[in-house]
Amino acid sequence: MTMTQPTIEDANAAALGARDVVKARRKASRTRFTASFRQNRSGMLGLTILLIFIAVAIAAFFIPASSLDVTQVTADPFLPPSLQWPLGTDDSGRSVLLLVAKGAQISLLVGFAATMLSMFIGTSVGIVSGHYRGMTGGVLDRFTDWFLVIPYLPLAIVLATVLGRSLLNIIIVIGVTSWPGTARLIRAQTLSVTARPYLERSKALGAGNLHQMWKHVLPNVMPLVLANTTLAVSISILSETTLSFLGLGDPTAISWGSILEQGFAAGAISQGAWWYLAAPGICVVLTVLAFNLIGRAIEDILDPRQETA
Amino acid sequence: MALLTETPARTPSAAAGGWANPSVRYAVKRTGAAISTFIFVLIFNFFLFRILPGDPVALYTRGRNVDPESIRALEAKLHRPIGQQFLEYARNPFTGNGPSVKYNQSVWEVIAPALWPTLLLVGTATLIATIIGVWLGIRSGWNRGERFDVISSNTTLVLYSMPEFWFGMIMLIVFAVGIGPIPGMFPTGGLSDPGVDTSTPAGWLNVAWHLFLPVTTLAVIYLAEYSLIMRASIIEERGQDYVQTARAKGLMDKMVRRQHAVPNALLPTMTLVFLNLGFVVGGAITIEYVFSIHGLGSLTVDALQGPDVPLLQALFLLFSGAVIFANLVADLLYGYFDPRVRT
Repeated sequence: MTMTQPTIEDANAAALGARDVVKARRKASRTRFTASFRQNRSGMLGLTILLIFIAVAIAAFFIPASSLDVTQVTADPFLPPSLQWPLGTDDSGRSVLLLVAKGAQISLLVGFAATMLSMFIGTSVGIVSGHYRGMTGGVLDRFTDWFLVIPYLPLAIVLATVLGRSLLNIIIVIGVTSWPGTARLIRAQTLSVTARPYLERSKALGAGNLHQMWKHVLPNVMPLVLANTTLAVSISILSETTLSFLGLGDPTAISWGSILEQGFAAGAISQGAWWYLAAPGICVVLTVLAFNLIGRAIEDILDPRQETA
Repeated sequence: MALLTETPARTPSAAAGGWANPSVRYAVKRTGAAISTFIFVLIFNFFLFRILPGDPVALYTRGRNVDPESIRALEAKLHRPIGQQFLEYARNPFTGNGPSVKYNQSVWEVIAPALWPTLLLVGTATLIATIIGVWLGIRSGWNRGERFDVISSNTTLVLYSMPEFWFGMIMLIVFAVGIGPIPGMFPTGGLSDPGVDTSTPAGWLNVAWHLFLPVTTLAVIYLAEYSLIMRASIIEERGQDYVQTARAKGLMDKMVRRQHAVPNALLPTMTLVFLNLGFVVGGAITIEYVFSIHGLGSLTVDALQGPDVPLLQALFLLFSGAVIFANLVADLLYGYFDPRVRT
């Protein structure tokens, strides 16, 4: 791990307090990370795509509500792309371009929020089950195993059916079904960190369990959490699309998945209205791809062994 | 990927007797873990629908008009002591929640005819995806960084980022409905034309014709996953000492790949085929829905609209059971072929 290696800054800062040393070291490793990321072409491509979609999602706040209201639009349904309707119109005459832009908001929101929840559960369970070796750790580890094996989509469907359709519920469903992979990963890393001498030293100095986990284990597993988060967002966005397509999303919110659901139900396939289905799908693919590219770039930087293999 | 794989901790074997045999201990341990997972699923599947706030009767009847008599019957059933209900359920987990509400048949009668279409679809797609995916993975991993690898890796990464049902809809619109100069060539859904006897060779052809698009869609999506794993696995093996030794002996590149690297790299990929059944199940659900194939997937979508809770519970149990079983098979096979994991 890059963060634990002593640097020149350490030596220069020897006269300063311990906190300053830590701060300087973290800043140095952040700078190093940014520099390596800038040189990673696919990572930068991913970041660019992502920033464009975030800009679109923000711009979508300025779309007047009337242009997305089925009772107030005047265009014909199923119009193919033209100068006036760059991405055509849907089954009730709304602009697909505006729908897709609006959909970016919910898709990104759910993607980020569900991932935060999943990362929070996964990291906590992983660290705690790796730190406590006795009953607590064993039970949590078993629990992770159980959730890891249960097929994802059936579980999500059952949960979403029980909870009902709403924005918060879909975030909860994705969050509580996608944490076990992270927990596994973080647990393994925690086990290896716990075996290092400086943790023994901290224990010998009388550090409590919470202090050890919070101050020593967490900062060390954080880079891994970060790499995993970007990859997890892509999975969350795909899940949101799938669940919304199956009719389990918030019925009032427009997301890429719900546009696909509506298009499918309105017979866009038999109408040959390819623009109606292609546009939201391409947005999903690009966004998910962006997160995958960024995640892989971070992984490459954190684990240089891969490059030489 | 080295960061992502957990190395099994070596524990000194202290026990005696048959228990000292690592293979036996490994098999018993894995089987025990699978059974414990299934028991967890059983309990989860029962209580999930009952511990939530609100009346379970409301959940069982949501979205439907139910006559007062049935509601009273349901209330009598669902308002009994929870222990009593659980015992009845545990005795027969599949039908213990009552018959399917929508079909008015026992859950098993609804599920049985839907098994074959799903097995046919998923089985064919997995087989094709495994063969092509492994081949792609070997070829691009062995010649890492060359043009073939760059094209193949980028394509699989894009496929990997794609919702499978969306790809299916695009396939339908292009090849079944027709777009621009491309005429509609394939059927838009179903497993066979109405009135076709599927037990004759002509009937099989008809089924194959209908399955072409959905199987292609699923296979393309699955093979992205398999080739990514196979590629990572072959890259890992390529850097090992024994491959170096084989090269130093003067073996041809092809021999080193076929006789040394591939057999070792295949193992994790093959077990992954089993481990991935959960992911495969997810694909089947949406693809069957899009292509109107009346299998377990369409049944699941059908059951969640309404919802038909007893049917949904039975399907969840069936999917989970199948995946748990496949995982156990994968674990045991891995233990058999690679003794290193039997620690």
